Amino acid sequence: MNADDPKVRTAAPVVLGLIVLAVWEFGCRAGHVPAYLFPTPSEIAVSLYKDWPTLLQGLWSTLIVTFEAFAVSAVVGTLIAFVFVQSRIIELSLFPYAVLAQVTPIVAVAPLIILLVKNTQISLTICATVIAIFPIISNTTLGLRSVDPGLLSYFRMNKASRLDILLRLRIPSALPYFLAGLRIASGLSLIGAVVAEFVAGSGGRSAGLAYQIMQAGFQLDIPLMFAALLLIAVTGVLLYLLMVALNRALLGHWHESALAEER
Amino acid sequence: MTETQRISDLRTSNAAAPAEPVVALDRVDKVFANGMRGLEPIDLRIMPGEFVSLIGPSGCGKSTLLKLIANLIAPSSGRIRWWGGDFDRVGSAGRRLAFVFQDPTLMPWARVAENVRLPLELSRTPAADAAARVDAALAHVGLTKFARSYPRQLSGGMRMRTSIARALVTEPDVLLMDEPFGALDEFTRNKLDDDLVRLSVERHLTTVFVTHSLYEAVFLSTRIVVMAAQPGRIFREFVVDEPPARSDEFRTSDRFARRCRELSAILTAAAQASGNDEIA
Ligand SMILES: Nc1ncnc2c1ncn2[C@@H]1O[C@H](COP(=O)(O)OP(=O)(O)OP(=O)(O)O)[C@@H](O)[C@H]1O
Ligand SMILES: [Mg+2]
Repeated sequence: MNADDPKVRTAAPVVLGLIVLAVWEFGCRAGHVPAYLFPTPSEIAVSLYKDWPTLLQGLWSTLIVTFEAFAVSAVVGTLIAFVFVQSRIIELSLFPYAVLAQVTPIVAVAPLIILLVKNTQISLTICATVIAIFPIISNTTLGLRSVDPGLLSYFRMNKASRLDILLRLRIPSALPYFLAGLRIASGLSLIGAVVAEFVAGSGGRSAGLAYQIMQAGFQLDIPLMFAALLLIAVTGVLLYLLMVALNRALLGHWHESALAEER
Repeated sequence: MTETQRISDLRTSNAAAPAEPVVALDRVDKVFANGMRGLEPIDLRIMPGEFVSLIGPSGCGKSTLLKLIANLIAPSSGRIRWWGGDFDRVGSAGRRLAFVFQDPTLMPWARVAENVRLPLELSRTPAADAAARVDAALAHVGLTKFARSYPRQLSGGMRMRTSIARALVTEPDVLLMDEPFGALDEFTRNKLDDDLVRLSVERHLTTVFVTHSLYEAVFLSTRIVVMAAQPGRIFREFVVDEPPARSDEFRTSDRFARRCRELSAILTAAAQASGNDEIA
């Protein structure tokens, strides 16, 4: 079998997945493992089908927080990076606080944020944003700085304006770094949304998947727990694929990170 | 009348009524900010249509001299005049200098044609005019077919040709090149040297060219400035008395071999005359 064949590439993980599911299903049945300890894939599927409306609502609410946090960190993170590269002094004075915000475990700050901000939706988004924003700031700052010095002096020699240097040189140079930051941030937004929901423990209209996992745990509805978990995992994978597609669309023709297939 | 004859005619008429030098350096020296003396006071005149090569041991100030001529750095004392005036007047008089770096320094995210168009966009040249000039410049270096390629899809020599096209597209009067082909293999280098000879004759360019290769210097130049180090200075000038339009015939001739031997002897003397604490 040829490992470079695209058919093999997609088939291999699918086959492995099916084998694992089969072993899981028949293992649990043969061992008479009760569903409240470890459900079989078919029990999870049934739960997914049965509780679909609640799960869908939870998924929707978690997705909203995830995307809001992602969008806010992309925009605000990029703006902060632009401020950083304006002057060394600004970066020196702000950077320690950005690191401080990053290293403080968000779980510890989340209750405070949730207490201070009345609106649950907003407080969840803030928590997730704080988790997701750092890679955008650091990557974009690095990217805006890592301009080829030869090209920079070429631009200067041709009397390029600051705006020309920014638009034609700094931003294109920073793009691969920015996109790498975006990819990390997309995963972190989802993690942030889930963590924030756990901490907030809020039900009601904005009950997300994490809240449903907790509820399912209290009620020992383990198949539901697995179903919610499955949805979170699938969301993560879709986000990742989205980022890969974005990377390819924007950098496909020139940057190494998007040129894997040509090697 | 052939190109060669025309240029030698120009030269004889120049001798009758001396033309204005393109660049004239009068007692120009360079002391760096750290107190390091890069160049002794230098006198040098570059005449229109000349192909002048700068050659000499490493650290003798070739790049420094070229950057002074390009006005990328300012002299510590002495005076440089371009067409008899200050550098500010160069652009307004419709004259242009173009600088080609040792590396191609292309934008990896932009296609070949976009890279070549860059200086025109920075100077806000109207689009229709720019497009025609980009096409012409690409044709000059034989890259028309690769206009829509990205730099990573080109060989090292083709990237260098893109860089040269980017210099030519501004229609410069003077081409300044700092070891442009230093990183290329000899075969590619010879090919690009051939192109450069053709271009500078066709376009009546005045060229100042830094190189480490004495063969390249002899093949390309009408005049070779041999420099010595510590302090950086002009050691000797060597005129290659040969029509400027040159081909492989010259490269394989006895005349070429003899000049290489002569230049080699001068270079050896220049190296001996250089303070060598850098090598020691
Ligand atoms: N910005 C600078 N500050 C201090 N010293 C410098 C600077 N630039 C060059 N020099 C010094 O000036 C001398 C001449 O440098 P230059 O780069 O002109 O040499 P070069 O002849 O081009 O050498 P090479 O053949 O290795 O490129 C060197 O001794 C170098 O150390
Ligand atoms: Mg040099």
